[in-house]
Amino acid sequence: MTLMVPAVNVADLKDTTLLNMGIFGLFVAITMVIVIKASRNNKTAADYYAAGRSFTGPQNGTAIAGDYLSAASFLGITGAIAINGYDGFMYSIGFLVAWLVALLLVAELLRNTGKFTMADVLSFRLKQRPVRIAAAISTLAVCFFYLLAQMAGAGSLISLLLGISDWGGQALVIIVVGALMIMYVLIGGMKGTTWVQIIKAMLLIAGAAVMTFWVLAIYGFNLSDLLGGAVETSGNPNMLNPGLQYGKTETSKLDFMSLGLALVLGTAALPHVLMRFYTVPTAKEARKSVVWSIWLIGLFYLFTLVLGYGAAALVGADTIKSAPGGVNSAAPLLAFHLGGPLLLGFISAVAFATILAVVAGLTITAAASFAHDIYASVIAKGKADADTEVKVARRTVVVIGLLAIAGGIFANGQNVAFLVALAFAVAASANLPTIVYSLFWRKFTTQGAIWSMYGGLGSAIILIALSPVVSGAKTSMIPGANFAIFPLSNPGIVSIPLAFFLGWLGSVLDKKLEDTTKQAEMEVRSLTGVGAEKAVDH
Amino acid sequence: MGNDAPTPDAAASVDFKQVQSTKQFQELRKRHRSFVFPMAVAFLLWYFAYVLLADYAVGFMSTKVWGNINIGLILGLLQFVSTFAITGWYVSYSNRRLDPIAAEIRHEIEGHEFDKEGNKISGVTK
Repeated sequence: MTLMVPAVNVADLKDTTLLNMGIFGLFVAITMVIVIKASRNNKTAADYYAAGRSFTGPQNGTAIAGDYLSAASFLGITGAIAINGYDGFMYSIGFLVAWLVALLLVAELLRNTGKFTMADVLSFRLKQRPVRIAAAISTLAVCFFYLLAQMAGAGSLISLLLGISDWGGQALVIIVVGALMIMYVLIGGMKGTTWVQIIKAMLLIAGAAVMTFWVLAIYGFNLSDLLGGAVETSGNPNMLNPGLQYGKTETSKLDFMSLGLALVLGTAALPHVLMRFYTVPTAKEARKSVVWSIWLIGLFYLFTLVLGYGAAALVGADTIKSAPGGVNSAAPLLAFHLGGPLLLGFISAVAFATILAVVAGLTITAAASFAHDIYASVIAKGKADADTEVKVARRTVVVIGLLAIAGGIFANGQNVAFLVALAFAVAASANLPTIVYSLFWRKFTTQGAIWSMYGGLGSAIILIALSPVVSGAKTSMIPGANFAIFPLSNPGIVSIPLAFFLGWLGSVLDKKLEDTTKQAEMEVRSLTGVGAEKAVDH
Repeated sequence: MGNDAPTPDAAASVDFKQVQSTKQFQELRKRHRSFVFPMAVAFLLWYFAYVLLADYAVGFMSTKVWGNINIGLILGLLQFVSTFAITGWYVSYSNRRLDPIAAEIRHEIEGHEFDKEGNKISGVTK
């Protein structure tokens, strides 16, 4: 089977700028109308943060898939597979398997014990103030890392679409994305954001399905031929084998383990995913949402396998790497190769909408956490009324939006899947041990929670700062400096076990005993849903 | 609908320690944990076995089975299959073994008081 591989001429993309912007503008207009309609009934805090708990399991499951299938999944994983072959596939597997942790251990129990934020659950039977503050700080940190990744993705995507390769132009684009996102969240709250997620998830999955079908059709629906095509174009048979990216040295092999650990344990500790479980009325709906999202996400990741190798075969790694936007441009370039400017426009608009929606979801999580956990519970000591709390949340949205814009300008150019993996590592280190311990371990104490959260968060962030991600390598954020004394680019393998250990140590060394009544209440509530379910008729 | 769960008054006066010590609740907790813990251990072991193989047994993973499809790809796709299977299994287990008993306990707490032995005093509805 001989296959002509016509070169994708990146310069051609500029001619389609207007079309791309038109499609994207249409999407923004349609979703904005929906957001405004959906937000008409936003009155209480439960409306603003938790969409009045009015979503069904399947709706929420689609929205979770929308939150989860971020630019990292679409642009990042496709790019990683196109360039690094099999090692990129690892992201898909880790991101999917991780959902079992959420399904089996976290989702339903959390739905039954919390109200709006992760801190509600973590501080349920421990001392309110210190635990709440710690949980809010780690929520803000995780959201910030995740935001960086999305903004970097926005920069890559737009620089490709508009052919903007200068720093100032890309920065301007990131500012526009940030401003749009702030508007969505301010107007729509959780309900508006959820609807944007649902629409975007369906468009993204449909777009990826069309492209997958198309790529497979080119290769006569023979996966083996597609893989052969990827090997032929790249001239490297190791595309299909593990180790292309991570197999070079013993250190990089360890890095691969670290990444694997962070991916599988991070999902169930992501604050913006956890918060989604509060938008449904019962634990059973929470379970249904996870099941829906597992199917949608799994399906999508199967598509990325085809898209990644498809991009490697049809576009070629060299073209991808040299395009504006680098690795992250594999999926849009493949779309251009397949369907010309129209498909490129559609896929880019979807990818862009993805970033917008995920950023909105993250921002509302961070804002809720600040307003509900730090402002209402700590600063106002529980005396703030719901209106003031929502007002504070809205102001926080603006601040976080500005921070995200600034951060995104600096993180521009990194692989977004890689950046998201860092957010996963931070979440898994700072949050997961405390979530698991407080749900399942009777003897867990406040001191254990504090040690685990600050220990996990601190070690993860310090190790990232001292890793080759930040300095000492050509691809670092600060390429000129070198203070990378930690050799791994993902801190998970050190910081996650450390956080689990600290949670245990802090608890056994704690001389103060926790309230056993509260423990009983949390256990009974979490398993039965008492008080969290709508009253059954007696 | 501002269903401001989960701290409505319905459950405010409940003696949760009492509920926790009932046989019925102990049974629910046992059923829940005896499913989710072994299952969590199993899928994590299977996942890490896969990661270790991809990391340290590159030769084995690169063995071609059919055309260009190698063992690594097959094991990777099997991770998808196992994830879907465990999901389905858990849902059917919860529907059969967990939901009915949880609903029963919830119903009793919301409708009845408990005496000191943890037996429900029937007829006392709130």
